Amino acid sequence: MIAPYLVHAIVAGTAIAVAAGVTGYFLVLRAQVFTTDALGHVTYTGAMGGLAFAFNPLAGLFVATVAVAGGFAVLGRRARADDVVIGSAFAWVLGLGALFQRIYTTRHGGANGRAGATYLFGSIFGISSSQAVVSAMVSLAVCLTMVLIARPLLFASLDEAVAAARGVPVRLLGAAFLIVVGVTCAQAAQVVGALLLLGLISAPAGAAHRLTTRPFVGFALAAAIAVASTWAGLLLSSLVPRTPPSFDIIAAAALAYLLAFAATARRQQSRLPDN
Amino acid sequence: MTNSAAWSWNLLDDVRGMLSYPFMVNAFRGGTIVAVVAGVVGWFMVLRKQTFAGHTLSVAAFPGAAAATLLGISATIGYFGFCLGAALVIAVASRPTRARGFSAESAVVGTVQALVLASGYLFASLYSGLLNGLNNQLFGFTFGITNDQVVTLGLAAIAVLATMAIVGRPLFFASIDSDVAAARGVGVRVVGVVFLLLLGAAAAEATQITGALLVFALLVMPAAIAQRLTARPIASIALAVAIGVTATWAGLTGAYYTSYPSGFCITSVAFAGFVLASAAKRSGGAKA
Repeated sequence: MIAPYLVHAIVAGTAIAVAAGVTGYFLVLRAQVFTTDALGHVTYTGAMGGLAFAFNPLAGLFVATVAVAGGFAVLGRRARADDVVIGSAFAWVLGLGALFQRIYTTRHGGANGRAGATYLFGSIFGISSSQAVVSAMVSLAVCLTMVLIARPLLFASLDEAVAAARGVPVRLLGAAFLIVVGVTCAQAAQVVGALLLLGLISAPAGAAHRLTTRPFVGFALAAAIAVASTWAGLLLSSLVPRTPPSFDIIAAAALAYLLAFAATARRQQSRLPDN
Repeated sequence: MTNSAAWSWNLLDDVRGMLSYPFMVNAFRGGTIVAVVAGVVGWFMVLRKQTFAGHTLSVAAFPGAAAATLLGISATIGYFGFCLGAALVIAVASRPTRARGFSAESAVVGTVQALVLASGYLFASLYSGLLNGLNNQLFGFTFGITNDQVVTLGLAAIAVLATMAIVGRPLFFASIDSDVAAARGVGVRVVGVVFLLLLGAAAAEATQITGALLVFALLVMPAAIAQRLTARPIASIALAVAIGVTATWAGLTGAYYTSYPSGFCITSVAFAGFVLASAAKRSGGAKA
């Protein structure tokens, strides 16, 4: 018999890992990992804004993240914002998060550090059954969208100019992809937190990119590694309760990346003299 | 800060009142040192398009501080140890992937960042008393800087700036055109590693003022503004330093006279400058 909180954690964790893996594959391919970093931090400010203005923190988190993703899509040339623009914007967004947190804690006195920590580092064992269902539905929608746009997006990511010439709506695809990333970040923030979702997105995808150059195999592999890391993390944190689950998940994902790195390092070195 | 002194518009009195508190004097001293270092190093960071790596190194300060608290050693050792260590990991891990371009490197940087933050959270959870100090570590504790810390900040700043003066020219050459620089005998790879270490040291310094999450504001924004305003390197670096110092002073003053956190004030001033500079450049570009 498994405790209900563990069931919710497994359902939501798995669903979000799949979504993070598939979007992460394209984020690494398009060199947009930094955008995810920024969006991850936006989730924190969104949640704190929701708390500060006595609004639903999850709704605040969702709205803020998708809105900023949309903003990056509009501002960026060819739907890819310059990393200096992203960096400046998100440093300020974090400052705003600090302000919201101050407002919230002065209003609610004592219990301060915890509220912030929950959103920064996630609380996968605190997910309710309705939240788990919502996560599963959102992740399903993310995955379906990704499967639908995967082929044209791949074309657009590998060679934007040729794709545009062949009539692929490059700008629209880039913007749609950023919105999907925003939704994924907003979901992942609930599992591993605003600061750590970057690991769930970049490490499995980075490992998949190292292990294979075939796009659709890599796409599936990234999702599989993300799910395996989540399960390993949950298992580890049930066995060693003193370690927080979000740390265990990220550690597992980073280990997967390290193994992929070690496995392919020799192959790449032996390949070098050929070119 | 709960003390909300009144702003009187008598500027001299305001400054004198603010500086009658030793903690404000130290905040200004420390803030200025950090803003100068972050301005110079950040300028090269923006030039080399290493903002993502810069952000990752800045957050490495958080597990550094948490590990130091857990082990009961000096926080300064923790800050510098973790930031320089993360810089080495990024330098080593992104080497064989150079041929595969930026995309593989960004996955390395992202993984390092998440792992570093997760370790910080682990240390904080293991040391149960630390969670209440979590916000100070992440968002800064400008008004708690001691005299000793100011001295440490100053010494580290001198070391970083001296190294920067030595590697500045080859670094600039390697950043502008690494192929030509390599052909002319510049050790591009060595210079790159040295720069990552300097970036780590600058981040370790700045984190003590703004907190691990907001360091990035001092690194990226002054440099981004300066590079939008002028293309001449020396003038641009000087401008980045001036903007960083101004934003820090204005932010600290704002934080003293209002109840807003200093991190928010500093980032807001800098971001306003960035928006203005971008707008100015856009309208200037449209005319030309």
